[in-house]
Amino acid sequence: MEPSGPPPLLFEQSRTGRKSSVLAATPEGSNPISSLIPDQFLADKPPSLPELDELSVVRHYVRLSQLNFAIDKNFYPLGSCTMKYNPKRNERIASLPGFASVHPYQPASSVQGLLEVLYELQNYLAEIAGLHAVSLQPAAGAHGELTALLVAAAHFRSIGEKRANVLVPDSAHGTNPSSAHIAGFDAVTVKSGANGLVDLEDLKAKLNDQTAVFMITNPNTAGLFDHQISTISSMLREKGALMYLDGANMNAILGVVRPGDMGADLMHYNPHKTFSGPHGGGGPGAGPIAVREHLAKFLPSPMVVKNGNGLYELDFDRPESIGRVRATFGNVGVLVRAWAYIRSQGPDGLKNISEMAVLNANYLLENLKDVYPVPMGDRCMHEFVASARAMSREKGVRAMDIGKRLLDYGFHAPTVYFPLIIAEALMIEPTESESKQTLDQFITAMRAIASESPEVLHAAPVTTPVDRPDEVQAAKNPVLRWRAN
Amino acid sequence: MAYTPHTPEDLAEMLAAVGVARVEELFETVPEANRLNRPLDIPASMNELELTRYASEIAGRNQSAGTEICFMGGGFYDHFIPALVDQLAGRSEFYTAYTPYQAEASQGTLQAIFEFQTLVAELTGMDLANASLYECATAVVEAAFLAMTTTGRLGRIVMSDAVHPEHRQTLATYLKNLDAELVVVPSVNQRTRPEDIAEALTDDTAAVVIQHPNFFGNLEDAESLVKLAQSKGALAIMSVDPISLGLLKNPGTYGADIVVAEGQSLGNILSFGGPSLGLFACRSEFMRKMPGRLVGETVDRKGKRCYTLTLQTREQHIRREKATSNICTNQGLMALRAAIYLADLGPGGFRQVAETSARQAHKAAARLAQIPGVERVLDGPFFREFVVRFEPTRKAAVVAKRARDQGVLAGIPLSDYYPDRPNDLLVAVTEKRTDSDIQALALALEVALASV
Repeated sequence: MEPSGPPPLLFEQSRTGRKSSVLAATPEGSNPISSLIPDQFLADKPPSLPELDELSVVRHYVRLSQLNFAIDKNFYPLGSCTMKYNPKRNERIASLPGFASVHPYQPASSVQGLLEVLYELQNYLAEIAGLHAVSLQPAAGAHGELTALLVAAAHFRSIGEKRANVLVPDSAHGTNPSSAHIAGFDAVTVKSGANGLVDLEDLKAKLNDQTAVFMITNPNTAGLFDHQISTISSMLREKGALMYLDGANMNAILGVVRPGDMGADLMHYNPHKTFSGPHGGGGPGAGPIAVREHLAKFLPSPMVVKNGNGLYELDFDRPESIGRVRATFGNVGVLVRAWAYIRSQGPDGLKNISEMAVLNANYLLENLKDVYPVPMGDRCMHEFVASARAMSREKGVRAMDIGKRLLDYGFHAPTVYFPLIIAEALMIEPTESESKQTLDQFITAMRAIASESPEVLHAAPVTTPVDRPDEVQAAKNPVLRWRAN
Repeated sequence: MAYTPHTPEDLAEMLAAVGVARVEELFETVPEANRLNRPLDIPASMNELELTRYASEIAGRNQSAGTEICFMGGGFYDHFIPALVDQLAGRSEFYTAYTPYQAEASQGTLQAIFEFQTLVAELTGMDLANASLYECATAVVEAAFLAMTTTGRLGRIVMSDAVHPEHRQTLATYLKNLDAELVVVPSVNQRTRPEDIAEALTDDTAAVVIQHPNFFGNLEDAESLVKLAQSKGALAIMSVDPISLGLLKNPGTYGADIVVAEGQSLGNILSFGGPSLGLFACRSEFMRKMPGRLVGETVDRKGKRCYTLTLQTREQHIRREKATSNICTNQGLMALRAAIYLADLGPGGFRQVAETSARQAHKAAARLAQIPGVERVLDGPFFREFVVRFEPTRKAAVVAKRARDQGVLAGIPLSDYYPDRPNDLLVAVTEKRTDSDIQALALALEVALASV
């Protein structure tokens, strides 16, 4: 059977005269609205929203939802994204009215419970980081990076220096150089060695008194722990530069090794990865940052503090703070889930998470490496990067083809073509949530795909609602909205 | 551990397959000197029953719009959310899906975003909208950056102090490192005077930010302000209350170049201000410089209509340091909620939300003005939010506290942002506020004023 494709757009289903039943109409005989708001400000007609009955809206979105893969029905071995199970208990807790219905500008005295949760979370994240102070304000990982770089800039300003550069390994996430640029720095690339780790010679060559920050992801995007980290830290300190840790891969090291103990001065977390926040098809996330003691005074305002009477307050009186990086306190709904997750797990649970995440990844690596070579070695942390380079050369099957074919087997594709340092990269991160049975099914699928003909793989996917989209046309003649004919 | 699925048998088999005796051996690349070697100092684990009980007790200590009558606004409003928004957006297939990079496995999310982009474009009267930004303050920042890159003017951004104070503060943080200046001109009688903006405009001004209705709830002379900005070669960035667009002329009508908004009020919960929803719309000439994700319509290899993330060469994962923005994760789920909300209400229902909010707000303003010692500061056009002033001895923060003790979140004391305005309270009204809620607000303020 031909898979059923996307339904007509909302706008195409609209029929003039269909009405919503949500609100009462303005009573007849009321003064016209123009008696309250002058005509010059009023629109002639309401916006052209679609006119639909309630059941049609429900069917439309249920049908759309059924076109999606999702963690609750599919395994996502999506490297760098930590697609773990999102515990349902956290959803219910975050939706309690005392969390969900709090207005952002209520005074602290009326939200002591919520501030307690946020204060505790600041402390937990500082402890897990091995760093001194935490700001919960950033809205996502990239926003955390940017915030931390603004903190770094403030630090250098405070000691009368202005440094131009941020060093970023070539294996880094794209957000790193992008955040550096937006924070007003030039991003300078540092090469990785053949072993996937930072090339110390190249770092040495590029590190100088203009270096503000070195951004490192450790474990890195190849799934390797860079054991040179203490050496790197000493090299940076010698030049007065700071070390930033991209915390995207924290799931590998919870309770095992802490960024602060590796020499990191600043870092961000991705609670929507490490601490189980649902991805929501692209967000929301949050991007709390942790910093060493001498940088704490530069963190954004406000912070949650506990005063002498045991009451929680929002502290705005922080004269050296970089200021706000957004309106309101932060993505609190995501933070409450992270708090609930950490409280569920406790210290043993968090360490267990990292151990099982690393075990799952190594189990997959061990069972796939003979068919999908893993250039960076036989061991990994929470993820590893296989290469389809040989398959590409021998049979013209690319990493993307393998990813698309996996969709036919009911598995989400791995991250492909990243990191940039590995050709035809297939980046695989199983997370701790998955059982051995699921991993075995994935291994079976991957091995089966390896022996399928190029024709089958080029034609994949065949079971999804649509085939591969024409990306070139999409970008060449962009159609970014529906328009009435 | 109950939170991971590994049985002892699984563990034994997996360790054997990997070739290690213990899991710890897999961490051998972590130098001993870096290791923690003690348990993390955080509280012990809780089972679901314990955690749920504990969290419920903590949440119960908060007052909220769920327990009190809420007249607070400032960009975040207690609007009614139809039941189907929670039901539909809460579906696992939306909720637990990843960013739709694999288009074939994400058509639901992609089509929903494409529809969202269209809805936002329709609402604002603009050509295009993106898939969302974090929230409104960072949307203002992105708009300012877009203005700076397209005009080539890197010197200043101009706005009045009637723009949301937190949006101004946020932009100032970002501009500080770029040697650009944020010029804030004072409003007069809670409105922005075009002549004051004109005076601040220079040849290197990239944009004027116009909030309409402004932070005080008042309607601005948006038409003049937009024209003024453009006549000096600057872009006009309009920041709007999306609910107001059910009733008021949209920014497209005024010729705005970029529109930003806080989208929380479109079907999203308050949640202490986040996660909320940054809306970003603009004219089509800025398409290839827009920040954030964009979904485009295309066809698949069999010619079937489908949707995909597009123009990704603007984005950080492709362009790295040359990207137009560093944003990656956005507010996808909040955008979905906004789309469902708008689809359910339709043009008539959406207009009704705006109209009922405005009518109830005007009723509230009139009622409060009857209270001795309460003055409506300005008797000009407003939408659904307005300022009342108490006598000089009555601090708004104290009055609001007393009202809260009576179960009413009466508004935002302006002293939080404008230290020279200790007696002013910003009151917001939604369609949820009934006549009796308004009466409760009036009585609470009367009691509060009597006891201060």
